[in-house]
Amino acid sequence: MAELKLMKGNEALAEAAIRAGMQAYFGYPITPQSEVIEYLAVQEPNHNYVLIQAESELAAVNMLYGAGGAGARVMTTTSSPGFTLMQEGISYMACAEIPCVLVNVVRGGPGLGTIQPSQGDYFQAVKGGGHGDYHLIVLGPNSVQEMVDHIFLAFELADKYLTPVMLLADGATGQMMEKVMMPQPKEYKPDKPWATTGKTKDRERNILTSLFIQSEDMEQRNLKLQAKYKKILANEIRYEEYMTEDAEFIIVAYGLSSRIVKNVVLQGRKDGLKLGLFRPITLWPYPWDKIGKLAAEDRVKFFMSVEMNAGQMVEDVKLAVCGKKPVFFFGRLGGIVPTPEETYEAIKEKIKE
Amino acid sequence: MKEGYELIYKRPGTLTDRRMSYCPGCFHSTIHKFMMEIVEEMDIQDKTVGVCPVGCSVFAYHYLDIDMQEAAHGRAAAVATGIKRVLPDRIVFSYQGDGDLAAIGTAETLHACNRGENFTFIFINNGIYGMTGGQMAPTTLDGQITSTCPYGRDVDTAGMPLKMAEIISTFEKVAYVERVSCNTPANARKAKRAIKKAFEYQMEGLGTTFIEVASNCPSNWKLTPEESLKWLEEKVFPYYPLDVFRDVKKLKKEE
Repeated sequence: MAELKLMKGNEALAEAAIRAGMQAYFGYPITPQSEVIEYLAVQEPNHNYVLIQAESELAAVNMLYGAGGAGARVMTTTSSPGFTLMQEGISYMACAEIPCVLVNVVRGGPGLGTIQPSQGDYFQAVKGGGHGDYHLIVLGPNSVQEMVDHIFLAFELADKYLTPVMLLADGATGQMMEKVMMPQPKEYKPDKPWATTGKTKDRERNILTSLFIQSEDMEQRNLKLQAKYKKILANEIRYEEYMTEDAEFIIVAYGLSSRIVKNVVLQGRKDGLKLGLFRPITLWPYPWDKIGKLAAEDRVKFFMSVEMNAGQMVEDVKLAVCGKKPVFFFGRLGGIVPTPEETYEAIKEKIKE
Repeated sequence: MKEGYELIYKRPGTLTDRRMSYCPGCFHSTIHKFMMEIVEEMDIQDKTVGVCPVGCSVFAYHYLDIDMQEAAHGRAAAVATGIKRVLPDRIVFSYQGDGDLAAIGTAETLHACNRGENFTFIFINNGIYGMTGGQMAPTTLDGQITSTCPYGRDVDTAGMPLKMAEIISTFEKVAYVERVSCNTPANARKAKRAIKKAFEYQMEGLGTTFIEVASNCPSNWKLTPEESLKWLEEKVFPYYPLDVFRDVKKLKKEE
């Protein structure tokens, strides 16, 4: 039965993974997401999943490769510096077409950075931080409820497209407590004839590899991946619009910053300014076309991307707007969450100009 | 079969027909054959899952007719851990060279052994990087010449060659560690027996099993296959002795 609970984002996502049929978890503790592995460790005796605290994020992501390749529903969670370490394995999994769920509860960088919330990993999540031509499906939850809902969705998308799927969250969404409707456990019946479970007499051997030493073969694998990404682009774009129908000034924000912007939009409307929020939910595939259509509307005067970084998603907004309207940026760096007041001031300043 | 003849040797049905890419005289093909003979003899083709490394044996899955995963360089132990933990009744092995297991993947190797992961390491130690063309390995001998130590390995700056079998044998959760070779028919038979024993221990759930093969690399040692066998005896075995370094069954008896 679904239950209404008050939970911390990290713990809620861990519980959601159990209910979504996760069979193995591999991870390495890192603030601000260590509650995930701690929660799973406490719950382990009541369930049937494999749990390993790996010696590093490198090892964790490669255990994910092995177990995912052996057909299990697998997940890892980490935060920014750990995600950087995992990029190697993610590139291999994307190429070998191994489904898995990755969660990055982002903290401020670069370097060791800070443990405060940030959106500084947008580039390395949506532009493919590892080597080669690949994409992850990237979901941007903005609440504890979405941490839960996106975990269910992520496992389904991973199996459907045989690809790594990632939740790009942030330190605040991981740490804050909110009320959440926890869905009832879902029965998961794996159907993975490609998995390396042992070659039986009735089939050829299963090989999972990202090595195609002949360029012609490597190109074929790349074309296969690109065809898959095209399908994902056609079918899986998700976004939320808030008061955009008549908006003159469209603020684009995802994750935590979208919650701040929602308040700003309400304040603006009270003051007679026609603000609207456009929130991409899938960060890859990105809703470029939808933003492009908004940009073509005469009433729309400008776009502004509000982020917790130096301006990363704003590049996708510019791509989508394609010069039709001005695109501005406002953000705070280094783990600082922008206040509604300063965000509103930044918007009003551009309106005055 | 002609009358009066007896079949005493054949290629195992668990090897594919593909021609191997290994150099003449290299032990890789010998060890591949032994492993697949064992899989056939034990009738475990449908239960065996292997992990390939990066290095000369990166293409092992072309030759072994079993399910396999190709790991990133050095990560085979982590990949094998993932497979074995979700498929505990399968026979899982990682097949790795010295660069893969003892340089870039040392952390994964040691921690998998320390946890006593119940899979088998087949460690091919030929003291050199074969695939990339003969660079220094963590197991290159003191004074041995390679393309990145052209005046001989200087142990004062490069450190001593790592004795992995000896290191691994210190872990309590490791069940079996043996260093073998294939330089003589007798040693080759011992090597096969060791691999089989490792698989049997794994099936009994005794813990990590680790077979190091003191191997050769005629091409990059710049020796003929025959000379490479002599080099093994004269230079390699004195530093890397062939021995059983740990056997939990014997330890239990002694207790």
